[in-house]
Amino acid sequence: MGAADNPQQILDPKKRYQAGVLKYAQMGYWDADYEPKDTDVLAVFRITPQEGVDPIEAAAAVAGESSTATWTVVWTDRLTACDKYRAKAYRIDPVPGQEGQYFCWVAYDLDLFEEGSIANLTASIIGNVFSFKPLKAARLEDMRLPVAYVKTFRGPPTGIVVERERLEKYGRPLLGATMKPKLGLSGKNYGRVVYEALRGGLDFTKDDENINSQPFMHWRDRFLYCMEGVNQAAAQTGESKGHYLNITAGTMEEMYKRAEFARELGSCIVMIDLVIGWTAIQSISNWCRENDMILHMHRAGHGTYTRQKNHGVSFRVIAKWLRLAGVDHLHAGTAVGKLEGDPMTVQGFYNVCRDTYTKQDLPRGLFFDQDWASIKRVMPVASGGIHAGQMHQLLDLFGDECVLQFGGGTIGHPMGIQAGATANRVALEAMVLARNEGRDILNEGPQILADAAKWCQPLRAALDTWGDITFNYTSTDTSDFVPTASVA
Amino acid sequence: MRITQGCFSFLPDLSDSQIAAQINYCLEQEWAVAIEFTDDPHPRNTYWNMWGLPMFDLRDPAGVMGELKACREANPENYIRINAFDSTKGWETVRMSFIVQRPTAEPGFRLIRQETQGRNLRYTMESYAVGRNPEGARYAG
Repeated sequence: MGAADNPQQILDPKKRYQAGVLKYAQMGYWDADYEPKDTDVLAVFRITPQEGVDPIEAAAAVAGESSTATWTVVWTDRLTACDKYRAKAYRIDPVPGQEGQYFCWVAYDLDLFEEGSIANLTASIIGNVFSFKPLKAARLEDMRLPVAYVKTFRGPPTGIVVERERLEKYGRPLLGATMKPKLGLSGKNYGRVVYEALRGGLDFTKDDENINSQPFMHWRDRFLYCMEGVNQAAAQTGESKGHYLNITAGTMEEMYKRAEFARELGSCIVMIDLVIGWTAIQSISNWCRENDMILHMHRAGHGTYTRQKNHGVSFRVIAKWLRLAGVDHLHAGTAVGKLEGDPMTVQGFYNVCRDTYTKQDLPRGLFFDQDWASIKRVMPVASGGIHAGQMHQLLDLFGDECVLQFGGGTIGHPMGIQAGATANRVALEAMVLARNEGRDILNEGPQILADAAKWCQPLRAALDTWGDITFNYTSTDTSDFVPTASVA
Repeated sequence: MRITQGCFSFLPDLSDSQIAAQINYCLEQEWAVAIEFTDDPHPRNTYWNMWGLPMFDLRDPAGVMGELKACREANPENYIRINAFDSTKGWETVRMSFIVQRPTAEPGFRLIRQETQGRNLRYTMESYAVGRNPEGARYAG
């Protein structure tokens, strides 16, 4: 990789700080011998240098532009311990099977970052560098966040363990559904859908990302009618229920107002959209921690920068940032549903949410070991185009610690919403029971569902309606360490 | 009504051999199995009565089934659940819980709506069975 013209750091200070332009590598942003410290923040970027740009110089430029550098030499560097503050690109590898692309590893000293601020971290790591002209494209693939830095964040306000203890629900994935149509229902009609779905057997129902306070339904009406549905269903089933009340709004003042109304009505959970931004997320997370509230994160907008693997930020990095910022639920893909997701890549996202210690796992896109330092676990949410007929695949891919959300797969049931919810709950419980009995659910799954459908008419109808529906498209976002996989 | 707490309430009541298979799964995960019973099944009633301690050192489902039989005989009209506790660092909580006995009749819960300011309601859930008799005499034998 351009080793012959590998520019070295200029060590003589007189030459190094002469006014003018030097290569980033000459300025000290490339150090092949650098040994990352346990306290360094590490990042892997996938870069595509422009024609004729040496990959090592491109890697050095990434390190420079995401830490201390500007395009020219400045004497004011000499007023600082600049060697410490310079990020160091220390390794570069060609991406398997992708000509012209390189993985470059960059180490950042801990003192480059303010404690407890994702806004500050991201302003450095993705602040300038993605617009940098010598690169055609750049993608932040993964990060290693040192324990010393992780410990400056409070993380999820509730976490999987406490959420389950509050709800008294264990040993199976939770079930949810997003209310449909997303927009247009009045508060009273909307609450009807909430009630029917919860009464039929779901644990949670959910506002969609874009339902806030529109002309057809004021937010207070939505909150009031949803909580009527939640409480009525809870009383009739003797089971805890919840509805993710979306408190996303134009200002923090308005979001706090909506959060407080949700608490006043006895809701156990509120919801926000990713588009509100990192600072707003951390603020509302603090509020949730102080008010015993579960915080559901809908990753609205992420596809604009996570999907194309040559440019943007991988969702595994977004998931790591969100775990530190402090959310309890996070949409992390379905692999088998209607939205983007290669199965192994998606499993990587789930591991980032749930592990106490994440091991390096290249086929799942995980470049680093990550010690989570006892920060709480995030409950991943699978949502988007999934149905009861896929229950064995979902349970096999994701295990018990997740929320499975069947929106259309509940509300579109031919016998009604309650029947749709019951079909999903019966399919889930039958599959968990069979798995625990030692059966091979991946292969026997369809038979297990068919057997349950013999005594459960709603499940029979669900399988008849959707049993054959698959979304079998090639994934865009795969790890490049295994052949592109797809799910039949 | 049928209370749907626990992870298998939407299935037909489990037979003893099905219960034993689930206990076997819990023991394979190295979880400690415990039996709890109550006649106050409110979803916020966290602390059911313990039928002895969690069986930390037990490795055979038959042992749990023997305890379950004794618990059923002593509490024929109570709810009984099997809990499995995981002491692994980072979990240290119940990992599985399912109901293995119900009273003959389940009258369920009344939803009380207290009207407060504006359109707000304050919701409370009250068990019919708990309201009508003291502990130990709540469900007809």
